[in-house]
Amino acid sequence: MKKILIVGATSAIAEATARLFAQRGDHLFLAGRDRDRLEAIAADLRTRGCRSVAFQKMDANDFAAHVPLLDAAEQAMAGLDTVLVAHGTLPDQRACQESVELTLAEITTNALSTIALLTEVANRFERNGRGTLAVISSVAGDRGRQSNYVYGSAKAMVTSFCSGLRQRLHRSGVAVVTIKPGFVDTPMTRAFKKGPLWAKPEAVARHIVKAVDRRAGEIHVPGFWRWIMFVIKAIPEPIFKRLSL
Amino acid sequence: MPTKRYTSWGRVLRAEHEVLPLESRGAGFPALGSASHVLPYGNGRSYGDSCLNPGGALLPTERLDRFIHFDPATGILACEAGMLLAEILRLVVPQGWFLPVTPGTRYVTLGGCIANDVHGKNHHVAGTFSRHLRRFELLRSDGRRLLCSPTENPDYFAATVGGLGLTGLVTWAEIQLRRIGNPWIDAETLRYGTLDEFFELCGESDRDYEYTVSWIDCSGGGRRLGRGLFMRGNHAPAGIQPGEYRPRALTFPPGLPVSAVNPLSLKLFNTLYYHRQRARQLRETQHYEPFFYPLDGILAWNRMYGPRGFYQYQCVVPGEPAREAIALLLREIGRSGMGSFLAVLKVCGELASPGLLSFPQPGVSLALDFPNRGEKLFRLFIRLDAIVGEAGGRLYPAKDGRMPAAMFRAGYPRWREFTQYLDPCFSSSFWRRVMEDR
Repeated sequence: MKKILIVGATSAIAEATARLFAQRGDHLFLAGRDRDRLEAIAADLRTRGCRSVAFQKMDANDFAAHVPLLDAAEQAMAGLDTVLVAHGTLPDQRACQESVELTLAEITTNALSTIALLTEVANRFERNGRGTLAVISSVAGDRGRQSNYVYGSAKAMVTSFCSGLRQRLHRSGVAVVTIKPGFVDTPMTRAFKKGPLWAKPEAVARHIVKAVDRRAGEIHVPGFWRWIMFVIKAIPEPIFKRLSL
Repeated sequence: MPTKRYTSWGRVLRAEHEVLPLESRGAGFPALGSASHVLPYGNGRSYGDSCLNPGGALLPTERLDRFIHFDPATGILACEAGMLLAEILRLVVPQGWFLPVTPGTRYVTLGGCIANDVHGKNHHVAGTFSRHLRRFELLRSDGRRLLCSPTENPDYFAATVGGLGLTGLVTWAEIQLRRIGNPWIDAETLRYGTLDEFFELCGESDRDYEYTVSWIDCSGGGRRLGRGLFMRGNHAPAGIQPGEYRPRALTFPPGLPVSAVNPLSLKLFNTLYYHRQRARQLRETQHYEPFFYPLDGILAWNRMYGPRGFYQYQCVVPGEPAREAIALLLREIGRSGMGSFLAVLKVCGELASPGLLSFPQPGVSLALDFPNRGEKLFRLFIRLDAIVGEAGGRLYPAKDGRMPAAMFRAGYPRWREFTQYLDPCFSSSFWRRVMEDR
């Protein structure tokens, strides 16, 4: 029975994952920007069997709110052993190209806020000598592509940060799980035409729960993305720059 | 606006639709954008075109899948309209509750059950789904939210149950579940040789059995005409644990070049199926899944009819003329050789259906699949329509992809009253079809 904080709990992947945690009777604390939706999700999780569920409205870009959130979660569940960081946006790449301000704002949301939060959680877990930190990054972070390199570079920062953090915390018994989903059919990707590579949030959630339980390191979700990204990363730069990926 | 190709269960009609976003029950009605009309889309299990809206937009309810509350003491359950019955069962069966009424598949949404005012094997004792519906919220395209129950906004309640999703979007609903002692059913299967025997079995079973339904052989005339298997059952009493139940889920493979159902395979299957039990009467304790949802054991079974898809013809014929009409229908279908082995005969009870357009009425209901063979099949349908119409019967919109407008309006005389409650921005392919040349 875990005591889990989910940041970005109204995201489709986070909600699907929370249901799996709830069904087996874990404790949950949800954070997100939309109070009404948090409330609806909390009621759903409670009905599905969640041992306890509480929520707090919070914007991850409000860095000063991170420590109070962790305190609130710890207090509500009488402890905290797992944090799932799932918040994020999908930037409009073209609009970002036209606006430094927008680019930096997206980097803040998708990388800096995560890094700020992870720093706080990591120190707490290190002191406790246990805990699991799971972070949703993306296959987009494996290599920058012209179609979404603002998002990709933010996720690359998260992936790299987690990789270092994992090494640092390994000795103290704290696991850092980096989850790199491929295309997922969620509200974030509503505008895209879906094809056979697309996964449902429920399928992604099953992989996440398994990875959290196994305290895995880095996973691609679904697994075949590992091979796709292996190929994409292997393309030499002189060729890669001519591709329209 | 993103578009997506949608089809219905019969796979005859496929069309590109604009897709409106729907994230939570609390959000306002989404902007229509360039679309001129919209239709809620649940799990696409309607057979024909009542769940499609080509040329317009769809409002998929798949993300409205949250529970709101469930009280294991009273069996009152509230959840969002996109929730699948399968999910409800998964939650409530282990806690000693069951759906008050269930159709033959659990892969339908709560919203779909309301929009089609579905019925099940217990129609003779429980009536239609909406009789167990305590209340629901209706979100209209102008943003108004109406709480509807048999006593609050009762006119919108009566229009929306069985209203084919045309009165607005049902965002959530509250239902009264039925107590059970365990997930098992005491089931009995009896072989019968004639229609008269079928009606006899109904008469003697409807009093003592909560669930009755029958499979009927539609593959020929003569000796075969009117023979079938009669199934009846009750929830097993508490304390019974006949064994472990292992759910199986096969998936029908895609890409069949032609229908697997043809006159030869039909006769073969029906003969084997009819003789599958040696004894006239077979008793067993069955898990509720195979009892209620035998076809859910084969996912995507609709692929069996090949790329052209299939139609279902479901009618209900009232009162005394029913016996003769059913016999005529069976003779006509048998002669055509075009039917399928999925044929269901059920006597509907006297309990009134609350919806203006609810399908069930006291009488006999026959449902039968037909592989799509174009014109030849449509000519058969017209002959069947004549028999049903003559006997004062009607067809089920949830299953229909072709009934003539006049047949709909004759079968559902309250359609004119219903039109007052239509949401002005809602429409469907079915609705436009049956409202033609008015």
